[in-house]
Amino acid sequence: MNELPQQLVNGLLLGSMYGLVAIGYTMVYGIVQLINFAHGEIFMTGAFGAFTVYMYVLPDGTSMAIALPLMLIGGIIVAVLVAVGAERFAYRPLRGAPRLAPLITAIGLSLALQQGVWAWYPDATSALKFPQIKGGPFEIGNVTIQTGDIFLMIAAPLSMAILAYFVMRTRTGRGMQATAQDSDTAKLMGVNTDRIIVIAFALGAAFAAVGGMAYGLKYGQIDFRMGFILGLKAFTAAVLGGIGNIYGAMIGGIVLGVVEALSTAYIGDIPGMDKFGSQSWADVWAFVLLILVLLLRPQGLLGERVADRA
Amino acid sequence: MTTLLEVEDLRVAYGKIEAVKGISFKVDAGEVVTLIGTNGAGKTTTLRTLSGLLKPVGGQIKFNGKSLKKSPAHQIVQLGLAHSPEGRHIFPRMTIEDNLRLGAFLRSDRQGIEKDIQRAYDLFPILGERRKQAAGTLSGGEQQMLAMGRALMSQPKLLMLDEPSMGLSPIMMQKIMATIAELKAQGTTILLVEQNAQAALSLADHGHVMEIGKIVLSGTGQDLLHDESVRKAYLGED
Ligand SMILES: Nc1ncnc2c1ncn2[C@@H]1O[C@H](COP(=O)(O)OP(=O)(O)OP(=O)(O)O)[C@@H](O)[C@H]1O
Ligand SMILES: [Mg+2]
Repeated sequence: MNELPQQLVNGLLLGSMYGLVAIGYTMVYGIVQLINFAHGEIFMTGAFGAFTVYMYVLPDGTSMAIALPLMLIGGIIVAVLVAVGAERFAYRPLRGAPRLAPLITAIGLSLALQQGVWAWYPDATSALKFPQIKGGPFEIGNVTIQTGDIFLMIAAPLSMAILAYFVMRTRTGRGMQATAQDSDTAKLMGVNTDRIIVIAFALGAAFAAVGGMAYGLKYGQIDFRMGFILGLKAFTAAVLGGIGNIYGAMIGGIVLGVVEALSTAYIGDIPGMDKFGSQSWADVWAFVLLILVLLLRPQGLLGERVADRA
Repeated sequence: MTTLLEVEDLRVAYGKIEAVKGISFKVDAGEVVTLIGTNGAGKTTTLRTLSGLLKPVGGQIKFNGKSLKKSPAHQIVQLGLAHSPEGRHIFPRMTIEDNLRLGAFLRSDRQGIEKDIQRAYDLFPILGERRKQAAGTLSGGEQQMLAMGRALMSQPKLLMLDEPSMGLSPIMMQKIMATIAELKAQGTTILLVEQNAQAALSLADHGHVMEIGKIVLSGTGQDLLHDESVRKAYLGED
């Protein structure tokens, strides 16, 4: 049986989850040239926010049809609050400081959020079972779609459409583009760039929360470390697509996801390569891809030439 | 004549280095006032402080009767002070038309905005022909036109231009200066910073000569144009 369509779908789904998280890296970098290494943990707090709504807010036995949207809202609120708080109290005081300072702060914040959840969230020292949608899986031709992935199939393109509309069509979105291209001049146009920065953090966090929710539904569990590898992958996706470019984030995510899926499916079949097709090698292939792209196209797939970014 | 802008004993520093060391001048409504001076005199620093990009360490700025000292840059535009910065700083990856629209970022009168975009195209026809082109592809002179057109889109009470003729060919420079004269004739109040002292002083009602952070000489445009020390230092005569 031809497995390729199935593997492509798997890669697409995994990749759109990376893409959702990558948006936050790329937006924040585009506006303030900061790599927010705590963004993976913002994704994690989004998942925990959604879980909290299900576990501690909704009455037992609430149907998933009602629970899902409320969980999503809860996850988004938590992630946005964490991100906006981080911007306000950790990053903003360091604006204008040497670049290393906010970078170290980001890494510190990332550890603090992980350890905070580990220490204070009930039972979070081990993985928590995330609620699942019943029914399925679904067969389309010879492709199987897991029920948990249906959320991702709807949420990822919808999120991308909302983001594109916001950036291209709204006044605040145009102010955001201007701030990304030339922050001082944007101010001269009347753009409140402080507000734009907060919005970039908040939007990135909201999409990360959507990704966190998708993660919980896809894998059936969440834990305080889930943001580490996924954050790294999403950051890779952002760089792959061209950091600063929101479409690049999604495309980079999808390319990364597909490469991972295909590498686990096929590399092991190549004679002499049987050792290199395992899941843990998939991460290696993802980074090999990153290095290749950076060598051949340092600005990333959709990135601008660096000279234009000055 | 009503005074639009009043600057008093303005001081601006980068860290410990004072770049503007207590300057005072004013701009009346309808006037063109020029600041001329050597490289590093503090002209750009002065304009960036007026538009709120830099915070002064001392002195007063009054615009239209209101103190600007506490206002952030994006609110100062709202009050009617537009700034076309040195080096043009157009948004390179946006189209010409989108650049103009950003100039009207704080306005919400759609029809008025469309009308003013048309006015910018009338003033600079080349911009109209290229309206859908990325602004980064324009020549230096065209970018300068765009920067000026963009600054006008906020319907400013005072237009500040920082070295609009910088790096332009003589023909392009003449074009830009002619446009400034045209704007003046239409009643636009302008604060003009220029290296080309001859052109700037010929246009200006008043001028101030800056040297290392201070105003060393002031007068009407014509007075300065005929002043011996100015002719020696800035008009290349000896
Ligand atoms: N960002 C900065 N940091 C430190 N010093 C600065 C900065 N910008 C300008 N200066 C210094 O402040 C002084 C005034 O500079 P400014 O750019 O205002 O001069 P200018 O009159 O506009 O000169 P030009 O005619 O070359 O444009 C100079 O000595 C300059 O080196
Ligand atoms: Mg200057």
